Amino acid sequence: MERVAVIGVAQTKYEKGKRETFHELIFDVATRALADAGITVADVDNVVSVSSDFWDGRTISSMAIMDAAGAFGKDISTVEGDGTFGALYAMMRLLSGSFSVTMLCAHHKGSESNMNGITNTSFDPLVERKLGLDAISSGALQARRYMSRYNILEQQLAAVSVKNHGNAMRNPYAMLPMEITVDDVMNSTMLASPLKKLDCSPVCDGAAAMIIAAERNAKKLTTNKKRVWLKGVGHCTDAYRLGDRDLADTRALKQAARKAYAMAGVEPWDIDVAEVYDAFTYMEPMWLEGLGFCDDGMGPEYIERGVFNSDGDLPVNVSGGRLSANPVQVAGLAEMIECVLQLRGEARKRQVPGAEIALAQGINGMCGQSHCVWILGK
Amino acid sequence: MGKRVGIVGVGQTHHASHRLDASGVELIAESVTRALDDAEMSIDEIDAVVIGNMDHFENINYVDMWATDGLGSFMKPVFKVTTGGTTGTTVASCAYYHAASGLFDTVLAVGWEKNSESDTQAAIATCANPVLERDPFAGAIGPLATEYSMYMKAYGATEEDAAIVAARDRNNALKNPYAHNRMAVTVEDVMNSPMLSYPVKFLDMCPRSDGSCAVIFASEEKAKSLCARPAWIHASVVRHDYTHFGDLEWQWMPTLERATAIAYKLAGITNPLKEFDVAELYLPCSTTGVKWMDSFWFCDKGGAPKLIRSGVTHMDGKMPINPSGGVISCNPIGATALIRVGEAAWQIMGKAGDRQVPKVKKALATGFGGCSWSDVLILGADLP
Repeated sequence: MERVAVIGVAQTKYEKGKRETFHELIFDVATRALADAGITVADVDNVVSVSSDFWDGRTISSMAIMDAAGAFGKDISTVEGDGTFGALYAMMRLLSGSFSVTMLCAHHKGSESNMNGITNTSFDPLVERKLGLDAISSGALQARRYMSRYNILEQQLAAVSVKNHGNAMRNPYAMLPMEITVDDVMNSTMLASPLKKLDCSPVCDGAAAMIIAAERNAKKLTTNKKRVWLKGVGHCTDAYRLGDRDLADTRALKQAARKAYAMAGVEPWDIDVAEVYDAFTYMEPMWLEGLGFCDDGMGPEYIERGVFNSDGDLPVNVSGGRLSANPVQVAGLAEMIECVLQLRGEARKRQVPGAEIALAQGINGMCGQSHCVWILGK
Repeated sequence: MGKRVGIVGVGQTHHASHRLDASGVELIAESVTRALDDAEMSIDEIDAVVIGNMDHFENINYVDMWATDGLGSFMKPVFKVTTGGTTGTTVASCAYYHAASGLFDTVLAVGWEKNSESDTQAAIATCANPVLERDPFAGAIGPLATEYSMYMKAYGATEEDAAIVAARDRNNALKNPYAHNRMAVTVEDVMNSPMLSYPVKFLDMCPRSDGSCAVIFASEEKAKSLCARPAWIHASVVRHDYTHFGDLEWQWMPTLERATAIAYKLAGITNPLKEFDVAELYLPCSTTGVKWMDSFWFCDKGGAPKLIRSGVTHMDGKMPINPSGGVISCNPIGATALIRVGEAAWQIMGKAGDRQVPKVKKALATGFGGCSWSDVLILGADLP
């Protein structure tokens, strides 16, 4: 199979209340991603956008941004969901041999949206939606199940928030860099027990763009230093109804991860740096277990021992994670961009020394129903 | 360079204005089960799934997650693509790229809509820029009426020309058991139907329907082992150019001209009217069945009225258009363009029942949507 490389990346600072329109956000990141790759818009032969009609409050939400991504006269398409799934479609289009260089872009303005209402519409309209479930309350159910199944304490989960907000201090793109303590997390406002405000990712705005190219073009278009290879990918979905799942079980993630590792020819212990989808504190240890970095239920203990600290055996979410900035559709793409920067050695103050292989993981649906796992390498 | 890909199975629901007997997930399951039966496959043989519809019609977020039980996608790879009216062909081309990438051998593509649960025109209106365009460009009928008025003025096309297309498609639907509207209609009936927005009349315009369509794509070797006569994908091309409605060329259809020109080149088509044996076209209104003939390169600019009046596109003509009855007979929006692909595939596979066109070797299928956007797929009986 032909190899595919990331040749250019760009992202906005993630923050609340951005004044720029979707157009302007995408034009900014698309322009800077082209500059990062050292190519022009004429070198790009197709565009994949990631957007959501719900979050944008607009039917055919990609209509609003495609011209800003340089799509005029090109073959384009739109994935609705997390950026990691958009990257997957972007890669498929290159591997098919139909295209050479793909512009992938995603945008999100949480501060113009109603998070509770929009995530409530993810639930079955006849039964679960009426209960008022949304991302936070369903996350609370999952957190509670995870805690009870493996005897995990709230304080152990709070440690994730302390670690990731601390990591964000070294990431200029992050929205919430904070030096906080476990007590600060424990004393923050209760949103849905056991999730407190500092257990939850913030509403924020932002955009990101990534240019990927088939090997035949990647080598021609860029320098060795800029190229990062997409080595493996896997995606898989679990059952829809929360009641049909053991919410502490990560079987879909395990399957997606198995596929990504096999495709890349690596094992979990080969990974040097990982970005996982910590929309809530409890998600980080759960997903790390599903990704095979430790046994089921052992995630919080590993976090306490500092294994996943920025100076630990496997630095996780050195960007600050979703807890420090969660631009929903952009989130997984931002993870992949962080991996690219780490592998290029361009992550400045948060650089993990000698990173050769990185992992990014995105989710779709509530309580991580669906997962997309990426392995990137130098 | 990529793998060749063929369609090995097609399934669709019996579409209707109100499918009160089935939920959205049940409609999806109906089409998926029928596609699997058509391909003589089990759900276990499906490697990946892709689905599409329009969020604001049924108000369901993360449809790819919600539809798991109907899709049979439990513990399988799935994601959603969506582009408005073109969603069905967007799903089809996404499934094509899944298989052509070499990552998956068998891919299930599903498009669906349950418009009886939606305020369709209100939802469509929100595609326009909220500050500049949303008030003047509400809904789908106005822009279609505008573009045909301009075409009539420029080339002498008439309201009757559109009525000929409407009668053609609606009478074709009589032989399609899946179509939503099946009625014997004369040109006079169309002309006498209520005016919606000059020159578009009630019987010129598409309905909104409940329904789902599923199409199974397979990589070359797999397709050969699964199916005696797969419908091979010869080209898949998309053009979705948009800045603002006011910047569009209304007198012709630039995205369709560009998309078809490239698709024909990829598939080696030089004389489309002669080389295609059948076409399933996303014509949302009979007026487009006149005006867009130019942009399909079926005739010279302004030649469409003559072409339509000649009967060449009728069932007994040289290149029948819309044997299924087309979009004006059936329109479950997220499925509509995928039905075009599925019907074209059935024509090649010889499975189109009473609406079968004899000896189909090459077929054209298209999607329309967004802001005058065009998707084009070319299917063939022979390997590309």
